[in-house]
Amino acid sequence: MLEHYLSLLIKAIFIENMALAFFLGMCTFLAVSKKVDTALGLGVAVIVVQTITVPINNLIYQHLLKEGALAWVGLGNVDLTFIGLICYIGVIAAMVQILEMFLDRHVPKLYNALGIFLPLITVNCAILGGSLFMVERDYAFGESIVFGFGSGTGWALALMALAGIREKMKYANVPIGLRGLGVTFMIAGLMAMAFMAFSGIQL
Amino acid sequence: MSNAKDVLLDPIFNKNPIGLQILGICSALAVTSKLETVVVMALAVTFVVAGSNFSVSLIRRQIPSSIRIIVQITIIATLVIIVDQFLKAYAFSISKQLSVFVGLIITNCIVLGRAEAFAMKNPPGMSILDGIGNGLGYSVVLFIVAFFRELLGSGKLLGFSILPTLNEGGWYLPNGLMLLPPSAFFIIGLMIWALRTWKTDQVEKES
Repeated sequence: MLEHYLSLLIKAIFIENMALAFFLGMCTFLAVSKKVDTALGLGVAVIVVQTITVPINNLIYQHLLKEGALAWVGLGNVDLTFIGLICYIGVIAAMVQILEMFLDRHVPKLYNALGIFLPLITVNCAILGGSLFMVERDYAFGESIVFGFGSGTGWALALMALAGIREKMKYANVPIGLRGLGVTFMIAGLMAMAFMAFSGIQL
Repeated sequence: MSNAKDVLLDPIFNKNPIGLQILGICSALAVTSKLETVVVMALAVTFVVAGSNFSVSLIRRQIPSSIRIIVQITIIATLVIIVDQFLKAYAFSISKQLSVFVGLIITNCIVLGRAEAFAMKNPPGMSILDGIGNGLGYSVVLFIVAFFRELLGSGKLLGFSILPTLNEGGWYLPNGLMLLPPSAFFIIGLMIWALRTWKTDQVEKES
C-alpha cells in the first residue's frame, strides 16, 4: 500500500510533471520566474493550495457529483458530473480566499512573503488541472492527497529550476529579438526535453 | 469606425495575447500536435472569450468590485461547460483527445484577462469585437505552431499526406521531435523572435 502511494508521488513529481509534461500553469510559470526568491514563494503557495484543493474536490466528486453518489438522499440515478467544472473552480477560489485570510490572521510573516501570489493562484491552470486529472483518473481520497502534494511539488520544482537558469541568463549575449520571453521559451523547451528522460521509467 | 477595426485587429499581431502578453500559453503548447484539435480549440476559445466579454460587459455596472473575479469566473465556467457538453455530444473523439484542456479554458488567462481589462470598462458591442480579436490572435499562433508540428512531425496536414513519408514509400523522414511537446516551446520561441524582429517596439527592455 505504501509502495503504491510512493510510486504515485514519484510519478506526480517527475514523470507527469505538471509544468514540463502537461504544460499547465505556463502563464505564471513564465511570468514569475525572473528571480529565485519570488519563485520559491509562489512554489510554496502552489504546493499548499494544491494539497488542500485536490482532496476537497475529490470529496465533492465522490460524494456529490458522481453518478449514483446522491443515493443517500434518495436520488440514486442523478449524474451531476457536468457541473463539475463550476464546482471545482468555486472550491479553488474559495480555498484561496480562506487561506489568504487565515494566513493574514495567524501567520502574517508567510502572508507578507507570498503577497500578490496567493490571489494569482486562482487562475493558475495547474491547480484546476490537478483537480481535473484527479477526476479523469478516478483517484480515491488517499491517492488524491498524495497526487495533490506531488503535482504541486513537481510544479514548484520546475519553477525554481527555470528561475535559477533565468538568473544566470543575464551573463549571456542573447540576440535582441529573442531577449526576454523568446529565450525563456527556448530554455523551457530544453528543460521539458530533459524531463522527458523520466518518461521511460516504469513504476 | 476605425476604432472598431483596431479593437478587432490589434490583438492579432500588434498586441498578440500569446506573443506579447504571455497569456493563455498552456493550451497553446499542449493541443498543437495536430491541426484538427487546434481548429476545435481555436473555435472554443474564441466563442468563450467573445461570450464572456459580452456577458461581463452587460452587467459591468452591477458587479461589485470586491467579488468581480468570482462573478467573471462563474460566467466563464458556464460558457465552458456549454462548450464541453456540446463537444461531448457532437465531436466525441476530439473531446476525448482534448481531455482536460477544454475544461482548462476556464483558467486560460486570455479569457479572464480580457474580461478584467477590457469588458469591465467598455460597452458590449466593442467587448464582443475585442473578444473575437483576441480569440483570433490566439488562434493564429495555435495554427502556425500546429501547422509546423503536424507537417514536419508526420508529413500530414489535417490527416492528408503532404510530404510522403518513408514508411509509406515516400522520401520524407518524419522529425519525431516535432510530435513531442517540447517542440512547441521552440516554435513559439522562434515565432516571437520573428515577430519582434518585424515589430521592434515589442522587444523587452533590459531590467
